[in-house]
Amino acid sequence: MPVRYEGIKAEHEAVRTRAGLFDVSHMGEILVEGPNAVPEVDRLVTNDVSNLPVGRALYTVCCNDAGGILDDLIVYRLEKEKVLVVCNASNRDKIVTHFASHLSLGTPWNDVSDSWALLALQGPSAVRVLEALGAPEELLKLPSFHVTRASLAGVDLWVARTGYTGEDGFELFCASEDAVTLWRALLEKGEPCGLQPVGLGARDTLRLEARLMLYGNDITEETNPFEAGLGWVVKLDAGDFVGKDALEAIKAAGVERKLVGFEMVGRGIARHGYLIVVDGQRVGEVTSGSPGPTVGRNIGLGYVPKSSSKIGTRLGIEIRGKVVDAVVVTTPFYKR
Amino acid sequence: MVMVTYPRDLHYTREHEWARLEGDLIRVGITAYAVQQLGDVTLVDMPAPGEDVQAHERFGDIESVKTVSELFAPVSGEVVEVNAALESSPELVNEGPYEEGWLIKIRPSDRTELEGLMDAARYEEYLGTLDG
Repeated sequence: MPVRYEGIKAEHEAVRTRAGLFDVSHMGEILVEGPNAVPEVDRLVTNDVSNLPVGRALYTVCCNDAGGILDDLIVYRLEKEKVLVVCNASNRDKIVTHFASHLSLGTPWNDVSDSWALLALQGPSAVRVLEALGAPEELLKLPSFHVTRASLAGVDLWVARTGYTGEDGFELFCASEDAVTLWRALLEKGEPCGLQPVGLGARDTLRLEARLMLYGNDITEETNPFEAGLGWVVKLDAGDFVGKDALEAIKAAGVERKLVGFEMVGRGIARHGYLIVVDGQRVGEVTSGSPGPTVGRNIGLGYVPKSSSKIGTRLGIEIRGKVVDAVVVTTPFYKR
Repeated sequence: MVMVTYPRDLHYTREHEWARLEGDLIRVGITAYAVQQLGDVTLVDMPAPGEDVQAHERFGDIESVKTVSELFAPVSGEVVEVNAALESSPELVNEGPYEEGWLIKIRPSDRTELEGLMDAARYEEYLGTLDG
């Protein structure tokens, strides 16, 4: 996936106002099957997969024994006995190893990342693009976080109403050898709807405006879901899972720091790794930062002490030796 | 990369700035190659008029959506003017790096420093060594 095709701003704008197509085939896909597929996956993630109906998807994190985040995932229940777990490309080996060591013997699972491709069709016109490809009415009406089998442009796929942009859209899983056919058909039929290819750069600005986490930046093994603002995906009263004891203790003790959204007040752009200053003290680090093309401000995320996490709190961001004013704001920065 | 011809009347640095002699002053900007590498320019940090800059040393920073890059002075001297339009319209650098998107004007302390820079033909040759 290139950083950009036409340009980050133009691609960002296309996804917010029309539609964009992302080749995110680098993402990792693990299939877990068999009668115990659901309880087995449930034991590995913090959210409650045990009652996930067939055809539904769920966002979750997967933690280590200390409650640190190994990855954030989307779990799709494709069939009664078939669960798809989508992980970040950079974490694929780690998650595959983690699954291999925790799944019970006799539970069939398979890392299908190399044989599956993933295209994300995102934006308010995404549904019109599928319509132009002759998608049936029920596919167009697929609700958010649902997944279903379909055929488009002669290609068999799993279609999910999920994404990483803060817009309506679909994620299309197909066999790798069909990806080029699907990509071309989508761009051809989607062109009248303003569909264009989108790269990694706009993927980052789109997800940041929507406050969607980037693994390796906003969440890592050194962060826990409560301080990251992901407490909502930790279901402590819904059965056992890896990291539960640690997370119970963390929740009981309360977090010391929080991931907050901020916007720059002074002139400057915060970047990953820049220091956050409060009252002359370095108190935290920026985890993500860039211009927000739709919100029209320079925005970012970073960890600060709980005492500095309230909306309206003044922060300083150290930019090349200069401290530039910023303020804690409500997130997401952008909501459709 | 698409072949671009570079203006013949400019002098070029290895860090992709250009310099143009205009009377007593030298106007400075970044090249089309730099613009292409950066993508959408979102912020330009420059010295204030009156400040001195040193040839081949950093005089500011230029930020695109994705990255930050340092700006290097092609010649030594005093900054006499900065392009104020970039404050509110940094995209001018993308739209016309040799025209509306210029960065600063320097009163050079030693005009012969210009001769140490590359001409367009040598700069194009130099770019050829960077690709691939």
